[in-house]
Amino acid sequence: MTYQRCLLLLAALVFVLSLISLCLGQTWIDLRQVFTLPFTDPDATTAVIIREIRLPRTLIAVVVGMSLGLSGAAMQGLLQNPLASPGLVGSASGAALGAVTALYFFSGVWHPQTVPLAGMVGALITTALVYLMAGRDATVSTLILAGVAINALAAAGLSLLLNLAPSPFAVRELVLWTLGDLSDRSLDDLWLMLPCTLAGWALLLGTGRSLDALTLGERTATSMGINTYWISWRIFIAVSLCVGAAVATTGMIGFIGLVIPHLLRPAAKQQPGKLLPLSALGGAAMLLSADIGVRLIDLYTHLPVPLKVGVLTALVGAPFFLALILKSRHNYLR
Amino acid sequence: MSLSPCLTATAIDIKKSDKHLVKNVSIDVAQGELIGLIGPNGAGKSTLLAALAGVDDPSAGTIYLGDEAIKDIPIKERATRIGWLEQLGTVHWPVSVERLIMLGRIPHLPSWGKPRQEDIDAVEHAITVADCQSIRHQIVTTLSGGERSRVLLARALAAEPTLLFADEPVSALDLGHQLQTMQLLRDFACGNRAAVVVLHDLSLAARYCDRLYLMNNGEITAHGEIAAVLSHENLEKVYGVSVISGCEQVPWIVPLERLTDER
Repeated sequence: MTYQRCLLLLAALVFVLSLISLCLGQTWIDLRQVFTLPFTDPDATTAVIIREIRLPRTLIAVVVGMSLGLSGAAMQGLLQNPLASPGLVGSASGAALGAVTALYFFSGVWHPQTVPLAGMVGALITTALVYLMAGRDATVSTLILAGVAINALAAAGLSLLLNLAPSPFAVRELVLWTLGDLSDRSLDDLWLMLPCTLAGWALLLGTGRSLDALTLGERTATSMGINTYWISWRIFIAVSLCVGAAVATTGMIGFIGLVIPHLLRPAAKQQPGKLLPLSALGGAAMLLSADIGVRLIDLYTHLPVPLKVGVLTALVGAPFFLALILKSRHNYLR
Repeated sequence: MSLSPCLTATAIDIKKSDKHLVKNVSIDVAQGELIGLIGPNGAGKSTLLAALAGVDDPSAGTIYLGDEAIKDIPIKERATRIGWLEQLGTVHWPVSVERLIMLGRIPHLPSWGKPRQEDIDAVEHAITVADCQSIRHQIVTTLSGGERSRVLLARALAAEPTLLFADEPVSALDLGHQLQTMQLLRDFACGNRAAVVVLHDLSLAARYCDRLYLMNNGEITAHGEIAAVLSHENLEKVYGVSVISGCEQVPWIVPLERLTDER
């Protein structure tokens, strides 16, 4: 399959999944109604559901999925390493720690920007820490070790906050928040995450050619006119911005940034630059699918508590990733 | 041969942590020249080459490309004029040979858009001269070391630099491809182009290069005409081996035995 066809196919998939996401829920809303009702009868319950619940949920799934897929592809390209992911380098757990800290300390003096902003700062700090620890010519093991250390530190911070939480209700709120969820999000949440997200995307835009050059290693890329130092920081900051904003809005949704670039790399003919748009669309498709899956499970199994989407992506993503590694280990385990 | 200067490096010093790797080295390359850089392991050849190519900054000294200081040339423009072939270059993704060679065009490509006809032509030319035609559809990471070094040379050639720095381009190659690569570099260095090549095979250096620089302990021990640089006295002093040499059809140099009292 050619690259363009794959891109089109993924875009179509995201579109169709978005439509399903708009229709599916406690009540199935007809596709025709989805598009007409908010305009013909804006005060009807169904119209309110579409506008206030389904639309934000769908759009946030698309935006967050794109951020995660794109960030994963960019990180893997930058570190020339298929095991890198936004989660591994700590920006996701850092964002969660930042956001939960904000939830913990500032929920009284609520300002809607506090949580996403704190999430972003947390992501930036942890990313910088991993980068400084692992160094620019990080090997797989130093990268993983640095990431593990930082993730452990962030987990310790989270534990501390849970430990000190004043009430069981607060504990539950904090824990559920970290699981990764798309329900009960409003369009305001979307507007809030968009500036950071778009800034991150804009920084990643046009790094493709530099990532391609990095296929030949950092020094040869330098000889090819690529400022590798600037590119590294640009991508680290971009990933922190868009993953930070994503995690701050939805909590931690794992494995998309790891699995999607892996899955789509053959379609990009192993070229890190071409992988970026593919992974963005692939990430959106995966998160939409997972969110639709969560809603279907909710509809048909009557679990006492609704399943969180981050739990589903991890449950599906982890074995899937293992299978991918086993299949292609002759490439990576050298 | 008109010898207008292509590269002039003066009093280059390179220090890394507290190691003084290159000491007060001056080198000049004229258009049309193929310069050989020889010397034992750890002499500072690769370090010097990377600095000359602009990949690393020297601690002291000046490098001029023509009459422009290399550090004043924007790195993207520099990349269209200078090619650098890394020693033991690595390839991090299992891309096809063709695509890898196309990466060489990155300095020339506009920020957006597809490769143009001139890019495709340059890649085709590089594939042909570096003898990569038979492996062009293969995956680079599955190739042998020698095949991969030919592919990486083709990548450097595809950029169409006027000055090429090649760090041990023939070390991994079989006899046939050693000759083919040296002839390729010999043919490359004509007109306004020039090349500097790090070599360990002194016979190849004597046969193909115009001039040699012999490095030892970060310094240039000898430079100039082939015969003068490759004197038995120089080689005994720098490599610590006695050699026999001669010239039947082509010059040859064979190491005889290690001298234990030297070095």
